[in-house]
Amino acid sequence: MATQHSRSVARLMMAPAVVLLLGWMLVPLTMTLYFSFKKYLPLRGGDLGWVGFDNYVRFVSSSSFWPAVQATLVIVGGVLVITVVLGILLAMLLDQPMWGQGVVRILVIAPFFVMPTVSALVWKNMFMDPVNGLLAHLWRFFGAEPISWLSEASMTSIIMIVSWQWLPFATLILLTAIQSLDSEQLEAAEMDGAPPLKRFYHIILPHLGRAITIVILIQTIFLLSIFAEIFVTTGGAFGTRTLTYLIFQRVLESQNVGLGSAGGVYAIILANIVAIFLMRIVGKNLDA
Amino acid sequence: MARTVTTRRKSLNTVLAWAVGLLIFFPILWTILTSFKTEAQAIASPPLFLNFDWTLENYAIVQERSDYMRFLWNSVIIAGGSTVLGVIIAVPAAWAMAFVPSKRTKDILLWMLSTKMLPAVGVLYPIYLLFIRLGLLDTRGGLVVVLMLINLPIIVWMLYTYFREIPGEILEAARMDGATLKEEILYVLTPMAIPGIASTVLLNFILAWNEAFWTLNLTAVDAAPLTAFIASYSSPEGLFFAKLSAASTMAIAPILILGWFSQKQLVRGLTFGAVK
Repeated sequence: MATQHSRSVARLMMAPAVVLLLGWMLVPLTMTLYFSFKKYLPLRGGDLGWVGFDNYVRFVSSSSFWPAVQATLVIVGGVLVITVVLGILLAMLLDQPMWGQGVVRILVIAPFFVMPTVSALVWKNMFMDPVNGLLAHLWRFFGAEPISWLSEASMTSIIMIVSWQWLPFATLILLTAIQSLDSEQLEAAEMDGAPPLKRFYHIILPHLGRAITIVILIQTIFLLSIFAEIFVTTGGAFGTRTLTYLIFQRVLESQNVGLGSAGGVYAIILANIVAIFLMRIVGKNLDA
Repeated sequence: MARTVTTRRKSLNTVLAWAVGLLIFFPILWTILTSFKTEAQAIASPPLFLNFDWTLENYAIVQERSDYMRFLWNSVIIAGGSTVLGVIIAVPAAWAMAFVPSKRTKDILLWMLSTKMLPAVGVLYPIYLLFIRLGLLDTRGGLVVVLMLINLPIIVWMLYTYFREIPGEILEAARMDGATLKEEILYVLTPMAIPGIASTVLLNFILAWNEAFWTLNLTAVDAAPLTAFIASYSSPEGLFFAKLSAASTMAIAPILILGWFSQKQLVRGLTFGAVK
């Protein structure tokens, strides 16, 4: 049993991490809240006084708000669907006996380690360039007119790039989950004559439920704040301005800090809604 | 009982899995190949796969023109510094939570995790302003601190899940034998914790290396790491495929190699122990 002494030592050992994170959370959060109630334009007059909820109203009533919400939802939703569906298929494939499994695993995981600016730039230029990109070559090879990916099919392009980056993550987690599946259960079902599709729906999918939930929640949190992929490719043009990018533009590009901060508060609320669900699952796991 | 698999089925799996694997890996492979071409060969039509004159000139040009080594050094300092600092702060905290748990331990852990969910853009201006006021803008020290704080929850969590697997009885036994707290940590716990700490360091180094929100927004010239170095190629005058590829290859090569070692820890680290 822990003594009183070891308890106070433990508290002391936790103190630096707790204090630092508390500061990291409270100081900027308080400042964002403070600015969000002010008309604050650093380059055009500075602090112009309190404005109540004006920034909050203006942020949601601006013409760029709903398109940004839509862009965010389409990107997050699109990437989630692609990575989860392909992730399940890929995880099941990688779980099968084969030669060189370790190498294939490495090939599949590799994109996750590519820094976002690199993957965005490589896709933008070497694959999606309408003249010299590899996809343009491929299109011409089949006699089709090459597509200006990032202007004509901007959302599809961004979703492709981000999915490529996150597919390894989904695959790896789902593979880990599949490998913990009791193979005897599957064999029993197989012997009882259950066809593959039935085995998938009744045994594999339910077993993966929790892993899929975790993939969705964690990816959502990261995907809500993707930045470099848009910064490097379209710069928010062609309908790819997400909520994160819109706030970035308000704050740093047009230096309307009050308005941007109100947007930031919205983003924080949104992320917290997702986070609550994730924390519940993680918290349950702690008790086990 | 292991499932019996026919050679035919295994061959089929192998072919399919390799095809998919290579397809996913292809953009990286293509970037590496292109980095060894001349600019003319890089945009040749039809594209050249292996039948070109391999050259290293792009690497030399990129280094010469943009001083790659300086960006690399910044990346190493920022990613390494933030990871080491984070681990130094997190080890005592995780140790305390794993071995002297109290009723509040779970709440503290979950609260730490919740700080990780804070969208960066929501606090962009405050941090930007604080950086200007404190003279930290475009300094490596400033980024070390910010990236350390961003990754601290993950570091604490990973270490906590590893420490929890160390049987408490061993510590009890050491205590019975009269080991002081210092001896306990130094001679009993540390050797057993080293693999976990190593995995934590590895994964967080990778995360910090690839971080591209704060590194792009809080640096200009002096402290710019490889993420910013690559982003500078997005301007039209930098549109040379071979050089872009050489720069990209140099930016991702160190992490690809480290990443191979960390693939097992990736799952545990990024799911906060919820999937192992």
